[in-house]
Amino acid sequence: MRLAILGAGDVGRSVTDLASEYGHDVVALADSTSAAIDANGIDVESVLQRKADTEPVGTDDPSAVFETEYDVLVEATPTTLGDAEPGFTHAQRALEADRHVVLANKGPVAERYEEIRALEAESDGSLRFEATVGGAVPVLSTIEDEMPRNVTAVRGVLNGTVNFILTRMAVEGLDYEHVLAEAQDLGVVEADPSFDVGGTDAALKFVIIANVLADGGFSLEDAAVEGIQDIPGSALDLAAEDGRTIRLIGEATRDGVRVGPRLVPENSALAVTGTRNVVQIETRNAGSLHSSGRGAGGPETATAVLSDVGRLSLL
Amino acid sequence: MANGSSGWGDISTETDGGVRTYTVRLELVDEPGELLDALAPIAENGGNLMSIHHERGNITPRGHIPVEIDLGCTPDRFDDIVEKLRENGVNVIQAGSERYGEEITLVLVGHLIETDLSDTILQIENKASAAVLDVSVAAPEGTSDISSARFRLAIDSGRSDEVFETIRSIGTEKELTIIEPLLGGEA
Repeated sequence: MRLAILGAGDVGRSVTDLASEYGHDVVALADSTSAAIDANGIDVESVLQRKADTEPVGTDDPSAVFETEYDVLVEATPTTLGDAEPGFTHAQRALEADRHVVLANKGPVAERYEEIRALEAESDGSLRFEATVGGAVPVLSTIEDEMPRNVTAVRGVLNGTVNFILTRMAVEGLDYEHVLAEAQDLGVVEADPSFDVGGTDAALKFVIIANVLADGGFSLEDAAVEGIQDIPGSALDLAAEDGRTIRLIGEATRDGVRVGPRLVPENSALAVTGTRNVVQIETRNAGSLHSSGRGAGGPETATAVLSDVGRLSLL
Repeated sequence: MANGSSGWGDISTETDGGVRTYTVRLELVDEPGELLDALAPIAENGGNLMSIHHERGNITPRGHIPVEIDLGCTPDRFDDIVEKLRENGVNVIQAGSERYGEEITLVLVGHLIETDLSDTILQIENKASAAVLDVSVAAPEGTSDISSARFRLAIDSGRSDEVFETIRSIGTEKELTIIEPLLGGEA
């Protein structure tokens, strides 16, 4: 497949880097200011080097990407809330041109699910978005394999940053502020942590899952969201005395989305440690399925993008 | 066990089609046939005997033998059973303190002491109809700061949603964060 990649952050760069390993060519890579385009495949090494040197990735205009001959548009620009722009318009342009779209950007499927699905229905192209939920952990493809109507609920930990903080708090007996500062020093947490610790990031993922289960109907504002900012170390200590721990758990069903700190047994499959993610997919006929792994990171998320591309190439 | 102090007259809600589990404590004279006579009103009034604990080694102050019986029935039938037992001359020491089907643990966070912890416990017992089995409090920064409390509650089977909803509203009123257990699935 010929890939046109929008967004040259960790994910976009990793997809660019790994595409050839998966048998695909990258014909375009663009960030918000410039693009490298070559119908025969861009010179990946030099393009990534330029980006690493904070030079423009190429000499073309980003909008020229849409004029290129490509099979799959990989949308890996930052997630935005509300109108989910510019990701939504990028996906729209590709679908209207009858191309496939693979999203790493959560915005369009979390905030404008019905619209983007309607565009897909009109298009000869297909839309896939495995990378938007749980990075390398196969969540949506598992739901797809089980068929959404046979999945009754999905629960889990889908924010590694928060999980890292809670794990450190529990293990070291430290308070939230202390661990947060440490995590920021380590670069695990953004300077503005509210998107993660407030539960928004996890909520977006569970909104996407609910949309898949119910075929639409949800956006972030439909989710009940609580973060971990108010949890003192003493709460984790008390939980531990009783063989439990606290995790930021999301739940998605056809009826709603809820994200908040919850008590789980320490030996539970959902009590993952560090930055790991985990989901429990409750099915009607096959009990619960669990998947766990790295939910973030460039190469990890890129593998989810590339597995989507692989599924599209089978169509 | 969560034998609350509430009498059987307190039972006001039915949640599972009516059949509940009750415990009655009786005093029996230590004579042959006494136990059988005591059990008859239960079976005759549609009660389902679940367990009988005959405390032979344990004599009450009146020189009788205490017997604890667990049975399942609807609340109105339970009233009949207790009435019949008393009519038959059986000394019913305690009737109807409900057995609770589920134990749940949750953690409350906030200004627990300043918002009157004992009142919070009372409200959980009364409004949420839960038996507070134990409470463990941690206030490392002192009682005037944020503290945490772990509650172990006994609730009737199948009522967890209702109980959590009530506790959430108590929490909202007192500005407490409620960390609920994850139920459902194989948590």
